[in-house]
Amino acid sequence: MPDTTTVIIGAGHCGLAMSHCLAARSVDHVVLERGQVANSWRTQRWDSLRLLTPNWMTRLPGYAYRGTDPDGYLSARQVTAMLEDYAVASAAPVLTGTTVTSVRAVGRGYVVQTDQGTWRAPTVVLACGAATVPAVPALAGLVPDKITAVTPGGYRNPGELPPGGVLVVGASASGIQLADELHRSGRPVTLAVGEHVRMPRTYRGRDILWWLDACGLLDQRYDQVDDLARARRLPSMQLVGSPGRTVDLNALSSAGVRLAGRLAGIREGVAQFSGSLPNVCALADLKLGRLLNTIDTWAGAAGERFAPTIVPTVPLGLDLRSGEISTIVWATGYRPDLSWLDIPVFDRGGRVAHDGGVTACPGLYLIGMPFLRRRKSSLIDGAADDSAELTMHLAGHLDALAGHRERSAS
Amino acid sequence: MTATEIPVDNGVNVEALLGVRDALADTPEIAQFQWRSTVSWVNGTHSRSDVETFYGFGEEQQHHTTFSHEIDHPLQFAAQDTGVTPVEYVLVALGGCLTAGVAAVAQQRSIQLRSVRATLAAEMDLHGILGADPDVRNGFSGLTVSYQIDADATAEEIRALVAQSQKRSAVYDILTNPTSVTVDVS
Repeated sequence: MPDTTTVIIGAGHCGLAMSHCLAARSVDHVVLERGQVANSWRTQRWDSLRLLTPNWMTRLPGYAYRGTDPDGYLSARQVTAMLEDYAVASAAPVLTGTTVTSVRAVGRGYVVQTDQGTWRAPTVVLACGAATVPAVPALAGLVPDKITAVTPGGYRNPGELPPGGVLVVGASASGIQLADELHRSGRPVTLAVGEHVRMPRTYRGRDILWWLDACGLLDQRYDQVDDLARARRLPSMQLVGSPGRTVDLNALSSAGVRLAGRLAGIREGVAQFSGSLPNVCALADLKLGRLLNTIDTWAGAAGERFAPTIVPTVPLGLDLRSGEISTIVWATGYRPDLSWLDIPVFDRGGRVAHDGGVTACPGLYLIGMPFLRRRKSSLIDGAADDSAELTMHLAGHLDALAGHRERSAS
Repeated sequence: MTATEIPVDNGVNVEALLGVRDALADTPEIAQFQWRSTVSWVNGTHSRSDVETFYGFGEEQQHHTTFSHEIDHPLQFAAQDTGVTPVEYVLVALGGCLTAGVAAVAQQRSIQLRSVRATLAAEMDLHGILGADPDVRNGFSGLTVSYQIDADATAEEIRALVAQSQKRSAVYDILTNPTSVTVDVS
């Protein structure tokens, strides 16, 4: 059984950032990757997808964007290439094609079983991503069989879908982008909208991410927010990686996308939408107003304000058997897949309980989750600070283990 | 003493409510509640509803008294008008729920309320319940709630209060989302 000091599971941006930080401290480690480096960027991204953050924000420990388009947005292929280059540049010890089948706590360390052999290490970092499997609601089982169902991870382009109407369920970043793309493909699109985070692409002449970064909002720490559980559940911002283009509900509905409330049920083949659309839009408008006020307070003077979301007369029911809808897109979010983690660190909701990425099980760490340690933890740009701090904690744990061994030996 | 030092008091014990939320982390089962009512037919469209017990916090609970409500239809329906109609109770329930929410959220956000008044109106087409037009539903075709609130807060903060109250309201959820209803005869 090969031994190492740290097993990192997942060679995405977080796993590679962690590897970079551990290497800088000469902590012996391996990065186990089920596919290739940046696997989900190769296999789970639609063709037109671009990062929501501008290129200048694509920063990792020891890496910064040096291309010619700092205000552009990387395509999935470019993200893949960037992470490949990063892995090479930092000589990350990645073992590709290695799928973890179980992680168990044994003694003061962990046994990591893979389809390519077993590793033993005193520390493990779970860096396999927050968005591994689509979180499709149970009521998906009630959709009539003849309707094609896709998730954003499986969708590639409009040409793959049958002609006819599309119901997009979910109005966060993926949902609004796919509603926009499928509407442009000539399909009638209905968008089911629950709670969402309205965001303009630009504010006061700059990318909104520039403001969030500059005024310190993205650096807000997990132990500084009032309701962390809620902050961690916040849906992704309604953004598209396209310069100057805002795709909010007003833009979509004026283009011809039909809005509906949250998909609340399916009964005898009829989709039922919540009557709460006016309020979820009011909540999102108010929240955006508060955000812009915060930015103005920081920057001085007042910027522009955006028109309230217009809530048209919305359908409460949609007959899925009538032939009007031929495709449903479940843009209802993702969840991590840690089904192979054989350690009791899960909370009641099945999520790994952690304090800023530090689990209750000494030596077991988690990275790459929403608001792990900072608001920016879900962004590529968040990995640098998170991996640096978790590396500090991990090194402290290793020192404590070494101290324990010395005391035991004496 | 400046005005800002006067503690905000809307008569809501927010600490107790937050205490319940904290307690749920250790004993999630105490969150399982059951609400109950009995309704007895009196005569014609007149019925009487009694509400006395409920279940929650892990055990049987009781209101301090039995609350009775008369339910009837107005004279215009050739009824005796001994109480408000069932659909009006829906307005009562929604307005009561949202207004309690406004008070609780205001307390938590340290906003002193001076007056809160909700005016509710629901549209209904009788073709539905009379079975005169199968394309018309029995229930409301729409419902509006209009709030007049006087409080130590900006207009924006007051709108946020009302929005948050809807977000956390049970009756608002019951009205805006489908609920499974089983009616049997024993």
